[in-house]
Amino acid sequence: MVAEIGQLALILAFLMGLCQTFAGFAGAHRRDPALMALARAAAWMQLLFVGTMFLALATSFLQNDLSVALVAQHSNSAQPAIYRIAATWGNHEGSMVLWVLILAVQGASVAWFGSSLRETLQARVLAAQAVIGAAFLGFSLFTSNPFLRLNPAPFDGNELNPLLQDPGLVFHPPVLYLGYVGFSAAFAFAVAALIEGRVDAAWARWVRPWVLASWIALTVGIAAGSCWAYYTLGWGGWWFWDPVENASLMPWLMGTALLHSSLVLEKRGALVSWTILLAILTFSLSLIGTFLVRSGVLTSVHAFALDAKRGVYILGIIGGLTGTALALFAWRAPAMRTGALFAPLSREGGITLNNVFLLGATAAVFLGTFYPVFVDLVKGAPVSVGPPYYRMTFVPIFIPLLILVSFGPMLDWKRNAWWNVAGRLRLPLLLAAGALFLAVLFLGMKFVLTAGGIALGVFLIAGAAAVLVRRYRFTSGGDWRRFARSTPLATYGFVLAHAGLGVTALGITAVSAFQTEKVLNMRAGQSVDLAGQEVRLESVLPMHGPNYQAMEARFKVGSRSGERTLISQRRFYPVSGTQTTDAGIGVGILGNTYVSVGDQNPDGSIVVRMWDHPLVDWIWAGAFLMAFGGMLSLADRRLRVGFAAPAFRAAAVQGAA
Amino acid sequence: MKRLLFALPVALFAAVVAIFAIGLKRDPSKLPSVLINQPLPAFVLPAVRPHDAGLSSMQFRAEPRLLNVFASWCVSCRVEHPVLLQLKAEGVPVDGLDWKDKASDGARYLRVNGDPYMRAGNDRSGRTGIDLGITGVPETFVIDARGMVRYKHTGPIAPKDWTNTIKPLMDHLRAES
Repeated sequence: MVAEIGQLALILAFLMGLCQTFAGFAGAHRRDPALMALARAAAWMQLLFVGTMFLALATSFLQNDLSVALVAQHSNSAQPAIYRIAATWGNHEGSMVLWVLILAVQGASVAWFGSSLRETLQARVLAAQAVIGAAFLGFSLFTSNPFLRLNPAPFDGNELNPLLQDPGLVFHPPVLYLGYVGFSAAFAFAVAALIEGRVDAAWARWVRPWVLASWIALTVGIAAGSCWAYYTLGWGGWWFWDPVENASLMPWLMGTALLHSSLVLEKRGALVSWTILLAILTFSLSLIGTFLVRSGVLTSVHAFALDAKRGVYILGIIGGLTGTALALFAWRAPAMRTGALFAPLSREGGITLNNVFLLGATAAVFLGTFYPVFVDLVKGAPVSVGPPYYRMTFVPIFIPLLILVSFGPMLDWKRNAWWNVAGRLRLPLLLAAGALFLAVLFLGMKFVLTAGGIALGVFLIAGAAAVLVRRYRFTSGGDWRRFARSTPLATYGFVLAHAGLGVTALGITAVSAFQTEKVLNMRAGQSVDLAGQEVRLESVLPMHGPNYQAMEARFKVGSRSGERTLISQRRFYPVSGTQTTDAGIGVGILGNTYVSVGDQNPDGSIVVRMWDHPLVDWIWAGAFLMAFGGMLSLADRRLRVGFAAPAFRAAAVQGAA
Repeated sequence: MKRLLFALPVALFAAVVAIFAIGLKRDPSKLPSVLINQPLPAFVLPAVRPHDAGLSSMQFRAEPRLLNVFASWCVSCRVEHPVLLQLKAEGVPVDGLDWKDKASDGARYLRVNGDPYMRAGNDRSGRTGIDLGITGVPETFVIDARGMVRYKHTGPIAPKDWTNTIKPLMDHLRAES
């Protein structure tokens, strides 16, 4: 019964999406208030139906209704309740349901908050969103229906992939999806603006919060995913350049570019068509991310469903949506007037350069990810591109970008003199040079790249702090109270985000240069030295989990901060016959100790791999700092729509409609 | 000129979509195996079934054979099993490699589900599996009369895999030898 309600809601949501598309486009074209109101109402109804559909699926999982095929495939009675719920989106069909749910929430919020928008623009945004929604609801309905029944129902179900049975999974995909789908709002706004033929500062003020929110979600999602891979995959890596990781990195890079260019559009009315292009491309890359995971064009650890029919459908969606938007861009964008001019050495110029580097980095990742597909076409032999490729392409593009980061906020709008900018960064530059000198002195010339990385991290953090120092000394005239009152949250936001990049850079540098690894056979009672710490294997015992059997090894680590116990398990999930490793990780601010056990040898000893990962947690700490900075910026009241100051309105650019 | 620049994104995008569309037609389960057209790595394995001779790489001579990798703990193998039994009934020579499994468990699995194998060897430690480049079970190798690996199928053999891909290859190999 519950599944049938879900099925019905799916059909209704699909029809409602078609209705919203028509009402929005036609209503805006004819300037018909009734039709435009219908589009808004349809957005609400769509949220209602999609919400019902999601709840119906989650209920089926929670009740373990095995007559639903999807539930029988991914859940069984021994699986803990929380993973039965997580299984709702831990599979192909269910993840599409989550996708459209987030889309529907966005549609409804455009209908809700959009009262300050031009009515025709709002209607066109809603219509464009409905096209995306209907496309994906149709995808669910016709190729991957989550509510198909099994007759007769099996006695007990299959199992959610054990690798995915983890607290991280409950959290990671929804957040990542929030980011992917969030860029659909920017996309819809871009399409609506192209149809309207005009872009102004108000448009940018509307788009920026969406982009910022999606960017935050994507940042958290990527960091959480990397963290999850670090502790579950059992080999202590934190980034693998896996196609699916790349799929989330590409929209992040492009979204970062969009975030900065929309700032220029909002404040200076420049980079109009560029920002629109970025908005289209960012969401397209999110779509390609979805496409990658589902189509089987590339195989990967993450792949949910290898089904060519689905791939064809998703390729159709991408081709239709992005193709139409880009064609619209080619047709309408040349007629839109470009905004104010600026000198090369200006904040606008700096942000343009930032965009160029980010675009280059995205292109490097894109080529690396799809190179196997291209080669397969030319030579007929599949190959895969490994980390060396990214070290040679992505890293050299990204490092100059990181150096630029600290210069950006020190630049003024319109034009600058270079000695002024260098003067403002005197202290951070000195600190970075000092760090470089000390690092080379202590580590030796062999570690000159590492020393460069450390200096870069220091420069990023000091450069971010210098923004606040400068504000305190000049804008507030050295008065703490005035400083506290006058500094907007958005300033703290970007300062934290830029400093976060520095923290991440330091973490990556340290872990790449100084990690130590040991692989050996150990018996209970044996100890070994790892990077100055004593690691002792206490015991190896079998144990039983709720739906798995395990061999559990306990280690004692005598570390800088006293002794602690680490537990690593080798788990076997009988239902799916899969084996996983649960690593034991001792977390510390200066670094982690990571132990992971392998198979037991016939003589009773076990294979143990152990690592010392200095500063590895800084990688994620930096990412969360960036996300937190984004949140502060989002909370800034100046960003909230409805607070548009007259000065911004005056700067509005109108294109030739 | 300016118009052309604005049309560049859509042109590039069309090219990428075209490439993806062709890429989609490729079968992702055809993982490349470095062993293709190489001799089968040497191995001698103890028997799975009691009072049996076991399995050795030297036995892959004289006629094209299938080498099927299975394990008693493998769920997908149970899906594939009826197809293997059907092959046996058709007289196709199939040998079994019981991977990372106890011989007694493997023997019980064959006793319960039926035994499609002419010969069966037990790879308790998974060492032979490494030489063969096994990524998971089930996997099936097609080996020609000279002991060369000619094809590798990853995952369970569905009836259509047999009729569309493996059977034509086996017929071709038999004609070749």
